[in-house]
Amino acid sequence: MFIDPHAHMISRTTDDYEAMAAAGVVALIEPAFWVGQPRTFVGTYVDYLSALVGWERFRAGQFGIRHYCTIGLNSKEANNEALAEGVMEWLPRFAIKEGVVAIGEIGYDEQTPLEDRYFRAQLTLAKQLELPVMVHTPHRDKKRGTSRSMDVCEEMGLDPSWVVIDHNNEETVRETLDRGYWAGFSIYPSTKMGNARMVELLKQYGGERIIVDSACDWGISDCLGVPKTARLALQSGIAESVVHQVTYQNALTVYGKSGQLQEADWLDPPEIDQRTLFEGNSILRGGREPRVESAQPRRHRDLLIE
Amino acid sequence: MVVTTQALLRDWVTRQAGPERGWFESQLARLEAGASEQTLHLFLGLVPRRLGKADLQLSAEDLALAERCHPGWHPTNWSLDGAARIAGLLAFRGKRPFAAVFKDLVRTADARELIALYRGLALYPQPESLAFEVGEGLRSNMRAVFEAIAHGNPYPRDHFDIHRWNHMVLKALFIGSRLAPIVGLDARSNPELARILIDYAQERWAAGRAVTPELWRCVGPHADSAAAYAALERALGGSPAERLAATLALTSAGTDQARHLLAATPEMVSRVDAGQLGWDNLSSYEAA
Repeated sequence: MFIDPHAHMISRTTDDYEAMAAAGVVALIEPAFWVGQPRTFVGTYVDYLSALVGWERFRAGQFGIRHYCTIGLNSKEANNEALAEGVMEWLPRFAIKEGVVAIGEIGYDEQTPLEDRYFRAQLTLAKQLELPVMVHTPHRDKKRGTSRSMDVCEEMGLDPSWVVIDHNNEETVRETLDRGYWAGFSIYPSTKMGNARMVELLKQYGGERIIVDSACDWGISDCLGVPKTARLALQSGIAESVVHQVTYQNALTVYGKSGQLQEADWLDPPEIDQRTLFEGNSILRGGREPRVESAQPRRHRDLLIE
Repeated sequence: MVVTTQALLRDWVTRQAGPERGWFESQLARLEAGASEQTLHLFLGLVPRRLGKADLQLSAEDLALAERCHPGWHPTNWSLDGAARIAGLLAFRGKRPFAAVFKDLVRTADARELIALYRGLALYPQPESLAFEVGEGLRSNMRAVFEAIAHGNPYPRDHFDIHRWNHMVLKALFIGSRLAPIVGLDARSNPELARILIDYAQERWAAGRAVTPELWRCVGPHADSAAAYAALERALGGSPAERLAATLALTSAGTDQARHLLAATPEMVSRVDAGQLGWDNLSSYEAA
């Protein structure tokens, strides 16, 4: 069983859902983010958040995957002040919806004053609502941006054990862990972090407070990032307990602090959910061992289109 | 004593609320006493966290009371949190018209909330003012949201025009949803719907696909005007469930031509006439 704690499913196809379910992903977390181009109306942002807590949650359930999300104003769109002000008014309502496990992904992109203002405002909101935080660390000027993100979290009085610093790399992980935060790693083909590099990091740091995610989105990315990394790690001799920590348990522990994510959601779902919103958890019910190899999308198996 | 739907919902929730009973009651009191919309939002968000998501446990007497209180209201398959959310909405005394509050709630609802919001439709003040949101709910791709409106809910029977009614029935067929739980299915059958359904059946047959036997229930009373006899004859020669459905439909048609066709299944006709077989028996025939 795997949890992918960072997956932008709104940009993905049903083949991906099928492949993830077949590979053993039982739950995923979809952080609110930038959809590839800026939203220019508050209303489009509101509808996006509404899709995360409604439609996408339902869609995932049809494939037997539990869908959770994080709610937030991302750093890029924080630079549109009129939009940002409007979105901030709506955030508290969405943050208490079912299945919202954190405020996120928030943080810095270009590290502008507006990004800083709304990052801080959302950290305050997370504290008020007693929700964990998912921090997106910048791609450019990464090392300094990551340190600064943690400085601000501490200034705002957040407990590092409630904060996931995501998109780490070899340069940032030491400080993130030393300061008591959870360190997320996004397994991204060719750019952020390949899974061979990830395995090396696991050899060095072990599994404590490390979280692997796919961060799959509208760009070239692999929705099987978590199961593939798990398999590569096991083949490379990483202990099973460590693999379990970084591909399942750690995400469950930190995002579970929201009270909105628990194992029973997929192991023992409420009857009414079974009838209405969550179907086909046959992987667990059948006791079948999930395998990456079996994750062949249906369209590659069958010639007939029915 | 007049029992209201609101009082029933309250009763059902409080008796199942366990230690959260006090919280629930005090929240309703606040909502009744003119609390802000923000308080309502918070209440709706907190309900599943406080009360959990168990099924709402109702006895046959409870369901009978529901029917007496609001004819056509069948709160089967409801959840505890859904019932509590609707009780809160009914208790709420807002400054804006209810439709404005409701529109806003639907706009930001999560999947589970949508189901609850739509299940309560018939019970809200000025239910006819919610027509636009109801249309959005019917168009939803979330089957459970569609069924929150279509099943066990008297709202469509009491407030839909003929066009919307017919398209609801047709959509139910398209998404593989059952027709039997639609309240007023027989009372609101009409020649236009029968015609649409015959077309639908022909289209399915042409594609080599089966037709759900439930469909004939809406066709039977209008078999003449919808020119349905050939199609009903075909169904009569189908599976046991199709034969039963066609028999029931032709019986409801009550025309000479229908009686002529029914001569092919005398045994089933006599059981229908004796009241031993009805639409309620269809699902057991389908399973067989």
